[in-house]
Amino acid sequence: MTSTMAPPKATRPVRGRVVAGVATGLARHLGMPVWVVRLAFVVLSFAAGIGIVLYAAFWAVLPLDADTPDVDLAAARSSDTARLLALAALVVGVGLLLAALGVDIASGAVIPVIVAVFGAALIWRQTDDEQRDAWSAAAGRAARQTAGTTAAAGRWRIGIGIGLVLLALVALLAGRTSPAEAVQGMAVALLIIGGVALVVFPWIYRQWREQSEQRRALIRAEERAEIAAHVHDSVLQTLTLIQRASNDPQEVMRLARTEERALRSWLYAPTGDPDRTFAAALERDASQIESAYDATIDLVTVGDSVLDARITALVAASREAMVNAARHGGGAVSVYAEIDEEAAEVFVRDRGAGFDLAAVAEDRHGVRESVIGRMERNGGTASIRSMTGLGTEVHLRMPIRTDVTT
Amino acid sequence: MTTARLRLVLVDDHAMVRAGVRAELGDAFDIVGEAADVAEAINVITATAPDVVLLDVHLPGGDARAVLDACVAAVPATRFLALSVSDAPEDVVATVRGGARGYVTKAISGPELRAAVQRIADGDAVFSPRLAGFVLDAFAGGAAEKDDEIDRLTPREREVMRLIARGYTYREVATELVLSIKTVETHVSAVLRKLQLSDRRELAKWASSRRLI
Repeated sequence: MTSTMAPPKATRPVRGRVVAGVATGLARHLGMPVWVVRLAFVVLSFAAGIGIVLYAAFWAVLPLDADTPDVDLAAARSSDTARLLALAALVVGVGLLLAALGVDIASGAVIPVIVAVFGAALIWRQTDDEQRDAWSAAAGRAARQTAGTTAAAGRWRIGIGIGLVLLALVALLAGRTSPAEAVQGMAVALLIIGGVALVVFPWIYRQWREQSEQRRALIRAEERAEIAAHVHDSVLQTLTLIQRASNDPQEVMRLARTEERALRSWLYAPTGDPDRTFAAALERDASQIESAYDATIDLVTVGDSVLDARITALVAASREAMVNAARHGGGAVSVYAEIDEEAAEVFVRDRGAGFDLAAVAEDRHGVRESVIGRMERNGGTASIRSMTGLGTEVHLRMPIRTDVTT
Repeated sequence: MTTARLRLVLVDDHAMVRAGVRAELGDAFDIVGEAADVAEAINVITATAPDVVLLDVHLPGGDARAVLDACVAAVPATRFLALSVSDAPEDVVATVRGGARGYVTKAISGPELRAAVQRIADGDAVFSPRLAGFVLDAFAGGAAEKDDEIDRLTPREREVMRLIARGYTYREVATELVLSIKTVETHVSAVLRKLQLSDRRELAKWASSRRLI
């Protein structure tokens, strides 16, 4: 660790791991080749099993890599199964090797220890997976279908793990004593565990309660601070501005409308990112145009989609159409956007005098190039309907590629 | 136009809003009562049995739903129009499902509000573009597995809803689809009925998926 740059924080990756990603994670952290770390673990394992203990300790301590946005859960799962099978085969192989070397496996403590380690590994792995699932659900990946089955599989895995550990303990005891004594020993052990639990439980429970209480209080305080900051930044500022501009009704209108829209989107809008989703992008453009052109834009969206190249082009064309409507239409502009499986459509309607498209000069960049041209270049269509006296409606349609990736 | 002036009750916890609405509607209608919270609203509405109630969605001591639940059976002839600043779909949909025959935002202009009240009084439904958008959103997707017609919009109803969402007035919808205004009103009322009666699971799921706070 001689590098002056901060090494990446040690985490366990989800991909490219053999057992739990400890070696890969450490190698990344230390800037060493993975095989060196793996070899070190293997060599150390022969020194009275220190390697195994170390591995287990790192497993428990190192967090799982959170920056793996596109984990294909199903694929990760099936490769998990394959890896577990491989691991089991390896364990059997080592056992056979030991037997061949003359170590008496049957009477010794070797098998029970292996079984216990295997059971424990199962349980630990499962907590890993639950963490991973929580992240991918938080990342908005459609983990809903798999959630039910994995929960069941998880319970099974934990059950099997506990079973294996208990079995190993029993085997360990039974190997040394008579069965009756073994049962007696287990009973004593359970009694002791129960007693300790009885003594410690209230204390742990209280600790846990206090901690979650504190956390909740913290969240509340943060929320309050956020609201206060927002109100101060926007509402109070705007009210001050309105008082100052009270002799200019147009300006007051504009300020109030801008503020209303900002507050409204803050309170009710789907928490979309205008750089990532269609509805949020339109919302942002509409509010910008409203304040820039002193118009009222009523935006209604049905459905939503992630922004890809085509949808981005659609948003840009819609923006241009909204600017046109706000500039020439006068008064209220209605914008309706709808996305279904086949296409994304946007209707921009104003109630201005209307105009004749044929009369619009070729070089008028606004409509021809930035609306119609942009749509057609991206495989969409644009049509403009002007109803004299009733205003103008621009209809933009962008077909959606139907590549199913779920 | 009817000879007798329509009788209205205004329910809103903001005196400013009531004063504004009164100023805009006072010439055309008789405003027979005002209320600022749920209990008061129920008293005033059941006592005066007005033709139309303008009902704010959020009220102290409950919400519009509480008023609707208490009043719809007691004064069956009274019709309710939700008037709110809220854009939250679950508020809007809950109010309409509670028995309101329409929903408009407080940004609505005076003449439009007058027209909406008249329309409600005539027994029709009033859909703002936003409410039409909510309906399209809620009834979107394949309902093919459920063939109960109450859970689906007919193609015609869908067309009408889309035009309303695009900012068309009923009259413009009628012209566009070459229908009479009466037919458009019939379609809109049918959609309102479906919105109120459908127990479509998607509707609840959709509203809750839009819930943020």
